[in-house]
Amino acid sequence: MCLAIPGKVVELFDRKGLRMARVAFGGIQRDTCLEYVPEAKVGSYVLVHVGMALSVVDEEEAARTLELFREMGQLDELDSPQETER
Amino acid sequence: MKHLDEYRDGRVARALLDQIRAAVTRPWVLMEVCGGQTHSIVRHGIDQLLPASLELVHGPGCPVCVTPLEMIDKAHAIAQRPEVIFCSFGDMLRVPGSRGDLLTLKGHGADIRVVYAPLDCLRIARDNPDRKVVFFAIGFETTAPANALAVHRAKLEGVANFSMLVSHVLVPPAMTSILQSAQNRVQGFLGPGHVCTVMGFAEYEPIAAAYRVPIVITGFEPVDLLHGILMAVKQLESGRHEVENQYRRLLGRDGNPAARALIFEVFETVDRKWRGIGSIPKSGYRLRHEYRAHDAERLFEVEDVRTNEPTICISGQILRGLKKPHDCPAFGTACTPQHPLGATMVSSEGACAAYHSYRRHLGEAAR
Ligand code: SF4
Repeated sequence: MCLAIPGKVVELFDRKGLRMARVAFGGIQRDTCLEYVPEAKVGSYVLVHVGMALSVVDEEEAARTLELFREMGQLDELDSPQETER
Repeated sequence: MKHLDEYRDGRVARALLDQIRAAVTRPWVLMEVCGGQTHSIVRHGIDQLLPASLELVHGPGCPVCVTPLEMIDKAHAIAQRPEVIFCSFGDMLRVPGSRGDLLTLKGHGADIRVVYAPLDCLRIARDNPDRKVVFFAIGFETTAPANALAVHRAKLEGVANFSMLVSHVLVPPAMTSILQSAQNRVQGFLGPGHVCTVMGFAEYEPIAAAYRVPIVITGFEPVDLLHGILMAVKQLESGRHEVENQYRRLLGRDGNPAARALIFEVFETVDRKWRGIGSIPKSGYRLRHEYRAHDAERLFEVEDVRTNEPTICISGQILRGLKKPHDCPAFGTACTPQHPLGATMVSSEGACAAYHSYRRHLGEAAR
């Protein structure tokens, strides 16, 4: 119920004065309301819950956390990013 | 997919587990607050990979589970009215009230519709001007921004035939109530990451200080959970009790102020009853007086419902971290996800349902 998942903003549009976007979650796309995350742009990753974007993934923090994990183990394999999706 | 795969990486998980094992020197009890975290922990067997002295207990953070029976019965009474189109998130449909569930009512002809987003209800209301569209607005702080926006827009656009039956609950008062109990076992918390994307985590700081418990705001992927556990264990082992943020990529201390502003414009805090637990002061939201024209509780006079809860169920103790699903004599026998008897079996995020769907009732996993 509190499930919220990150998706990628692919297109911005307006619906009755509300800031909306098409957001891609893997293969599926859903209309998502961006009223609370005005900073989201095409290409941003947003966290979406019941059709509402709640926050934008902070790419710097995401990179910093992954760096931390790398330091923890010998996780050099992680250095080659998985190009599974674009 | 980016921002998911990295947090499901088995190598990272193993490195974190090694660090947790190295850090733990004494027995500790941690509670994950959120039902989504419970589901992820049980699904990935994280609790069973941890050192035996580190116990995870499962918290009250499943809104479907804790919605009080009185409210479910009220929803059912409203949904049965011929003029009503009753809209709900899908996971409420099989939640048993005193007399059946929404799915059964739908089978008997009630107009009950599953919506993905609360805003969708406004479209349904506009398309059906001669009907009354009622949305069952349940959830924690995570869901409040979407629900608040729906009712705010209804007022703004004059969608008079839209109303909400509000049964919102809040995390911090539930944590406080657990900590205040004389039987409390919880020594540290994995805090609710998604709730905090909205609320931030400043309100957890007084709880950590007053009860001297570490609270680590944690995400939902396996690696997030292990990382949160490691951070909490390090605090416990070194005698610290702070609020720390594991979920930095998605939230800062202040959460989402714009979302919060609309929540406070639309809702006000009230005492709420939690299914299985009882009343907790100031633990929920209801619509403010200015929104009374969209408040289903005021619009539909529902005669005082007489509720009927099975006595065998120990979900209240499970939700407070005192018992585990195995401790219930009905678990997996009289009570299953198909025939739930109590709060924690009704939603996939409830501890009993999570244990059941990952076959813990067969005993192979009992520790
Ligand atoms: S197994 Fe069913 S009856 Fe037992 S505690 Fe869980 S929900 Fe209640």
